[in-house]
Amino acid sequence: MDPIFLYDTFVRLLGGVPLTLQLAFSSIAIGLVAAILLALMMRMWFRPIAWIADSFVFVFRGTPLLVQIFLIYYGLGQFRPALDEMGLWWFFRSPYYCALLALTLNTAAYGAEIVRGGLQSVPSGQIEAARAFGMSGLTLYRRIVAPIALRQALPAYGNEIILMIKATSLVSTITLMEVTGLAHKIISETFRSFEVFFAAGAIYLIINFAMTRLIGFAEQRIAPDLDRASRPVEVH
Amino acid sequence: MKIVRLLTLAGVMLAMGYAATDASAQMRKVKIATEGAYAPWNFVNSAGKLEGFELDLGAELCKRAKLDCEFVAQDWDGIMPSLLAKKYDAIMAGMNITPKRMETISFTQAYAAGAHGFMVLKTSPLAKLPGGEFNLTKDLAASEKAIADLKPMLKGKILGVQGSTTNLAWAEKYFKDVAEIREYKTTEQHDLDLAAGRLDATVGAHSAAKATMDTPTGKDMMIAGPAFSGGMLGLGVAVGIRKEDADLKTAFDAAVKSAITDGTIKTLSMKWFKVDMTPKS
Repeated sequence: MDPIFLYDTFVRLLGGVPLTLQLAFSSIAIGLVAAILLALMMRMWFRPIAWIADSFVFVFRGTPLLVQIFLIYYGLGQFRPALDEMGLWWFFRSPYYCALLALTLNTAAYGAEIVRGGLQSVPSGQIEAARAFGMSGLTLYRRIVAPIALRQALPAYGNEIILMIKATSLVSTITLMEVTGLAHKIISETFRSFEVFFAAGAIYLIINFAMTRLIGFAEQRIAPDLDRASRPVEVH
Repeated sequence: MKIVRLLTLAGVMLAMGYAATDASAQMRKVKIATEGAYAPWNFVNSAGKLEGFELDLGAELCKRAKLDCEFVAQDWDGIMPSLLAKKYDAIMAGMNITPKRMETISFTQAYAAGAHGFMVLKTSPLAKLPGGEFNLTKDLAASEKAIADLKPMLKGKILGVQGSTTNLAWAEKYFKDVAEIREYKTTEQHDLDLAAGRLDATVGAHSAAKATMDTPTGKDMMIAGPAFSGGMLGLGVAVGIRKEDADLKTAFDAAVKSAITDGTIKTLSMKWFKVDMTPKS
């Protein structure tokens, strides 16, 4: 392994980091809002709304992200006249927006399941107690349900954030030059795949190291009693 | 498994026109990589089999060189690294000889040569780009003047090019400052995006562009602007071989030479490209 080449490659690959982070964080942010809405829809007493949310999650969790990216980008690209008519073509013309849409829908589906798990973990006794205090509707959600659900969901959601950062590596297939796209380009110029992928891997590792730290910090803040090292305690 | 392998072997022999089954025993086995997404050079047909100019030519060259050949499909962006990693022994994938590639692998003499340029939609304003023929090796100054004349017309346009190609190197050198260049894994993908209107033009080999124009995707497309060849666009398409594999290079070189001399390449070229792509020496 040639350290100078490795360093040069690393520096060149850093040029792709802004796009990687931009795609990851935009899709996570929009996807989280969508995930919460989907999770709430799933809990609706009016079943048809729940079915819509369930089917969305079923489809987007059950198909590979790469296939979703191709379908949205190349697939919808063949329906340009219809999209033009609906005034949506400016959106689908851009590879960036197509990638963002695919990543967002994907993380919304996974996130919905995580949020649903969090909501379901709220003990019914706590809700009953809150009702006994006269809380209802938004107040109940804000004071009791949301904080408990958030604590329960955060470790799993942290996992999802890390998966999304790595998932951005697929968008190079639709011409976006993020870290992995640049890595392929450098390999095709230099034919040295080992060093280049090594550097690319290191970049993802650094980003995700920072992310795990942030998530761990957030877990500490909102649930200091649920220390990662602590053993489960029986609650009566 | 055994049966499948036997069947594959039988298929390869049939393709090569061999009747005797034991003839291959003493012949060297050679794996040739091709992309399988670059019609009419090489592509996957509706039956899922590799087909094209290079498949026909490859079989012919192997027959002449007395090699037991098998074609395998390999993504374009990994085609040279995998040759070096000995996943196969030769590349026949519309790959042009360039000085840069020759630093890493060796090439036989060219078996085909053609022009490169732009493909656009017939309705595009770029359809009126001026024509002409320019050779970057023979007359670089005239070629660069033609390129300079194109620049103002390509200002702000989006060009699609397959990654890791001579076309990309050329487009980046001359048009990066005026146009946005997007890289695609395959030419099929940039053709789809040209059809959809995401691109203003593609940059590529005229042979591949013409093949696209014959398909439903390409029915509204046309070749526009000058035809460029030579120089950094490549010195002709040849078989790529690992540098240390001198025996194989010698064998393929002799086969290419004889296929050019006796007109086999012209015949195959007429069949697949409808024009003669035999390299002119």
